[in-house]
Amino acid sequence: MIQHLPFILHNAMRNRRRSLLTIASMGVSLCLLGLLLSLYRGLFMPEDSSPAAARRLIVRHRVSLMQVMPVSYKERIKSIPGVVAVTSWQWFGGTYKDARDSKNFFARFVADPKEMLEVRPEMVLSAEQREAFLRQRTSCIATNSLMKKLGWKMGERVTLVGDIFPVTVELKLVGSYDEPDGSENLFFHWDYLQEALPPGNYRDVVGAFLVLVDSPEHVPQVTKAIDAKFANSPAQSKSESEHDFILSFVAFLGNLKLFLAAVCSAVTFTILLVCANTVAMTVRERTRETAILRTLGFGPVEIFALVLGEAGLLGVIGGGLGATLAWGVSVAFRKWMAGQFPFPILGVDLGLVLILAGLVIAVASAAAPAWFASRQNVVESLRYAG
Amino acid sequence: MGVPLRYNFRSLMDRKATTAMTAAGIALAVAVLVISLALIGGLRATFAATGNPLQLIILRKGVTSELNSTVSQAALQEFRTKPQVAMLPDGQPMVSPELVTAINLANVDSAAGMNVTVRGMLPIGLAMREVRMIQGVAFTPGRREVIVGKSIAQRYPDAHLGGTLRFARGTWNVVGVFEGGEMSAFGSEIWCDINQLRSDQGRLGDMSSVLVRVKDRAAIAPLIQEVKNKRLADAEAMTEQAYYAGMTVSGAPLETLGLMVAGIMAIGSAFGTMNTMYAAVARRGREIGTLRALGFSRWSILQSFMFESMLLSLVGGIFGCLLALPLNNVTTGVGNFATFSEVAFAFRVSWGVMLGGLTFAVVIGGLGGFLPARAASRRDLITTLREY
Repeated sequence: MIQHLPFILHNAMRNRRRSLLTIASMGVSLCLLGLLLSLYRGLFMPEDSSPAAARRLIVRHRVSLMQVMPVSYKERIKSIPGVVAVTSWQWFGGTYKDARDSKNFFARFVADPKEMLEVRPEMVLSAEQREAFLRQRTSCIATNSLMKKLGWKMGERVTLVGDIFPVTVELKLVGSYDEPDGSENLFFHWDYLQEALPPGNYRDVVGAFLVLVDSPEHVPQVTKAIDAKFANSPAQSKSESEHDFILSFVAFLGNLKLFLAAVCSAVTFTILLVCANTVAMTVRERTRETAILRTLGFGPVEIFALVLGEAGLLGVIGGGLGATLAWGVSVAFRKWMAGQFPFPILGVDLGLVLILAGLVIAVASAAAPAWFASRQNVVESLRYAG
Repeated sequence: MGVPLRYNFRSLMDRKATTAMTAAGIALAVAVLVISLALIGGLRATFAATGNPLQLIILRKGVTSELNSTVSQAALQEFRTKPQVAMLPDGQPMVSPELVTAINLANVDSAAGMNVTVRGMLPIGLAMREVRMIQGVAFTPGRREVIVGKSIAQRYPDAHLGGTLRFARGTWNVVGVFEGGEMSAFGSEIWCDINQLRSDQGRLGDMSSVLVRVKDRAAIAPLIQEVKNKRLADAEAMTEQAYYAGMTVSGAPLETLGLMVAGIMAIGSAFGTMNTMYAAVARRGREIGTLRALGFSRWSILQSFMFESMLLSLVGGIFGCLLALPLNNVTTGVGNFATFSEVAFAFRVSWGVMLGGLTFAVVIGGLGGFLPARAASRRDLITTLREY
């Protein structure tokens, strides 16, 4: 096989346009396959965005995220062995300036500042900013990406009009940080929201708690301990790791797993068809040549290997092209969707998978035509007129 | 004079395997497109089937969803006394305060469960919606009783007639199943007494929205404007139909993904088609020469090969539509981020959608066929005739 490599290369170069078109077609399809695989992995097998994320869990009302729990649960969660820190965690919602402009949409959370910085150590503030945030009740912090998008400066006055909560809060920006997944968030003080709320239904209840435990191994047992603690309370809880919590949001998009799996198989099959077609056309055109090779002493096995080799070569190049394209597109998508969705960038491992997939699909698709080529009758083929 | 179309049919039939493989590649791209279009079409039909043209929904100013909204008692009273508002025969104004929340229920697709909208309302709210009880009876005010939409009853095992749901402060009995139009979004909701829900949730006096029926269509625009101008208790009014139509965006992530995939697959298939057509042109050199010698112009040759390519892709398109057709009327659910709940809808592989798929196929064929057809038309007469 190896000694025939120059011959295979030469054959592949003979109909350059056809080879290029096949490679282009495979490349485009494999690029799509790569993007889908990368998306699948990003959605259903998310890596923890930071070491602390693996140690975090989220506690919410058992019925749904829209139901609230007494804020007094916080102290009771803190008393559970293995819990390092707990913060109230409330989605504020609300609107900033004109809500119809999607630029003005970003996540707004309310939390206990000190505890939150403990629970989420990836939110790094400079010493002065940290001090200012903890000291000033009406202060807020935002991600650098959000500041850049809206052109905010330190000391910016941010007014949020509540929708879930019947209040308008006036905040002062005192610090900025980066989220590992590139999302655009803003945080402000739990105490400030409580003071601003009218007495009654909204006070002293919270949507969720964010909990940091001492080690990732303790997450399952702490999860059980929290839920057991509130099993007989009017507001039962549901605790899950941050990882599972994110997955539950993905499930919300509909049956995406099935959709992605179906599309991936359709794409694979398309590549198979394109490649099989190319090889079949090539073999047919070279019927006479193959017969001549046979008369020169090439055995059926060698003919079979020559056809497979040529297809495999195209497959590997197509796979390489696909991996390169997919990487480029995934980088572009990540930039384009920044803040809305952290599109996963194609990893080196998936790139190699694509090249391998190109090789396997091409060789598989060539099997049948190669078989025919190796078995054809020499005398008949020499007479073949094309 | 054009080359007879029969020439193209026969040529395609002559190379059955190649034709089939190329068409199958196109079929898959078309199927993905048709399914994406059927998804968004089904979702749009569901939301379009929801809402009465004479009804307005009052929300807190600036919000897009009932779930995030709170409306004041003052606003409710204001609407109750408006002269434009329609009345029941007994003189009761058709104004319905409603409290909306979401609960998590296990469904047929996932044991972990999905969110479902729960809507608390007064009996007037039930009277204002064209829903029909298909099983059981309506809920009784003051009791922990719910009625569930048809899609809910089908997709959520716990929510059948006679079943019980646990949320808020107790156990709620499912006393009825209702149907709101053929495929309305109400079918994905659970309804109960607003006061029972309020007291269970510790939200006495709260409401998320107010539904208002006006006497005639002409009253709608002025009323919306009036609410806007008076800045009435921070509220905003829109027609019920516009509100639900706005929720079609919940299918946007899946739609975007589907269209993107179909687009990229189309590029791949166009390259494949190009390959097939170049091979056809190369193989039929003598035929092209003969046609030219018979007097067919270069333009006719170009047309003929373009036609053949489009015919090939059209066959693929038809197969793609057939591939997607079994999904017609299959019910599934997507999360609606506005209500934070699942909405059930059925795929609609309509004629329009299939026409879209076929057009898409012909475009692939046109793109893939143009260069080979041009190459065919430019071949030199004498050289081609010498080929064997």
